[in-house]
Amino acid sequence: MTIAVVQSNPTPAILPGSGGLRGALSDLFWRRPKFLLLLMLLPPVLWLGIVYIGSLFALLAQSFFSIDEFSGLINREFTLKTYGDLFQAANLDIILRTVTMAALVTLASAVIAFPIAYYAARYARGRWKALFYLGVMLPLWSSYLVKIYAWKLILAKEGILTWLLAKLNLLWLLEGWLSLPIVGGNSLSVSFTGTFIVFVYVWLPFMILPVQAALERVPGNLVEASSDLGASPGQTFRNVLFPLALPGIVAGSIFTFSLTLGDYIIPQIIGTSRLFIGQAVYSQQGTAGNIPLAAAFTVVPIVIMGFYLWGAKRMGAFDAL
Amino acid sequence: MRSDRGQRAPLGLKVAAACGLLFLHLPILLIFVYAFTTEEKSFVWPPPGLTTQWFAVTWNRPDVWEALSLSVRVAAISTAIALVLGTLCAAAVSQTRFFGREAISLLVILPIALPGIITGIALRSAFALADIPFSFWTIVLGHATFCVVVVYNNAVARFRRTSGSMIEASMDLGADGFQTFRHVVLPNIATALLAGGMLAFALSFDEVIVTTFTAGQQQTVPIWMLEELIRPRQRPVTNVVAMVVVLVTLLPILFAYYLTRDGDQIAGSGK
Repeated sequence: MTIAVVQSNPTPAILPGSGGLRGALSDLFWRRPKFLLLLMLLPPVLWLGIVYIGSLFALLAQSFFSIDEFSGLINREFTLKTYGDLFQAANLDIILRTVTMAALVTLASAVIAFPIAYYAARYARGRWKALFYLGVMLPLWSSYLVKIYAWKLILAKEGILTWLLAKLNLLWLLEGWLSLPIVGGNSLSVSFTGTFIVFVYVWLPFMILPVQAALERVPGNLVEASSDLGASPGQTFRNVLFPLALPGIVAGSIFTFSLTLGDYIIPQIIGTSRLFIGQAVYSQQGTAGNIPLAAAFTVVPIVIMGFYLWGAKRMGAFDAL
Repeated sequence: MRSDRGQRAPLGLKVAAACGLLFLHLPILLIFVYAFTTEEKSFVWPPPGLTTQWFAVTWNRPDVWEALSLSVRVAAISTAIALVLGTLCAAAVSQTRFFGREAISLLVILPIALPGIITGIALRSAFALADIPFSFWTIVLGHATFCVVVVYNNAVARFRRTSGSMIEASMDLGADGFQTFRHVVLPNIATALLAGGMLAFALSFDEVIVTTFTAGQQQTVPIWMLEELIRPRQRPVTNVVAMVVVLVTLLPILFAYYLTRDGDQIAGSGK
């Protein structure tokens, strides 16, 4: 059949050029691939360069301005005074509190994420694999505010958690925990414990995905070899699985750490009145009108994340992303 | 054949994995119950009674509709911009090697890698410096910037799987650049673009941190919800809106998954 088609279609082997502007452009792109490349790169680079990097630099520049304490006007002269303000006790407190919270959240996410990721990577097959994938993806992509709202419902004093604990006769446990200093409070929804739980909940999927990706690359026979050689499951975990999963955990921790550092909505809705970095930035630029200090505050997470990413790169975390 | 196939998981691992997944899903399911509660003033559990009256109340609230309309328009236009920019960038980065290639991919990922509040306040201070008043377009500007990365991720993954020899074959057979793009490249990347576009739409529809800095007085759905969370006016209406938002974001995610399920499982990773 194909032969018949070829025979009945005596067109020349070389087509004539299509001509016109379109043909000329097409030829130009073919002869000068660099030009085409430039044309493709120009719009995204211009957009991101001007809108994003431009604003970022505008912000950084403002952190070197200072605010006149009497008039509240911004003094546009170079000074490091605003950075000095960061080291006031109250501001250092905020930074320390945020970093501690970010570290705890990262740790807890890693612990909860590991079994899910390990099961999905090693045991789940076919239908179950898809189910696990969606099981992580759907919470990741569900609305951030709705997730926080759900926890407000759960942690409220009259909410489901109190009800459940009362049914289990464990209310004394909750009350005991809430009477502790720092982590306690009037109810879970106005305590650091509540803030912590919600942070872990909201960022957990960001930890599961890279850990799972790292674990998928661990051949199952390594685990078998380890147990054949007499290692207990605990030893296998410590000496074989954990080191191989570590790049994935570090990759996930980039997200959990960075997102916790910058968030200002979760601690505002579920938490105490003590500020986190994000809230400090928000209130400084908003009600206080102190843009320079707000800008200096945003430099803190940027610097911390810079060091964090540098360390993560050295541990090979980027291959696990 | 791998020797580990068909092995049973230890019970402890199964329980831990199941508990983890339950932890991820139960809170969202709870929203569905609360949308039907008769209780108005508090979050009491169990609900004293069930009713559907709040759906009607929500339906008749003009502020909800306005917020929804603004959100949909912003998400649609941001997605369109992100689709163009993300595809161009992905095509350039994956098809050629050039100086500064790593820098370009870093540039695309940066708006997501840095905390949202930095993007937000950077944009806001830039608007203030340049005397740009808040408008529909200031929201779009912010949203499109961080939506590019989602489209880019999906498109890059697909380009990697598409072999360059198909493009060469098309050119050898006499197609010009535009024909090759139309008949060879586009059909190959179409589903990846559709998936990326949907995720970008979902991302924009749900964004609140950057939006609070670029919206001024306007309210998108997340801003409306945030307002209700801080200063509750009518809790049952918030419950209903929360449930609808869950459903609305669920569908594009499922569809995006369906489109990219065989092969490049990149769809949602790196939100």
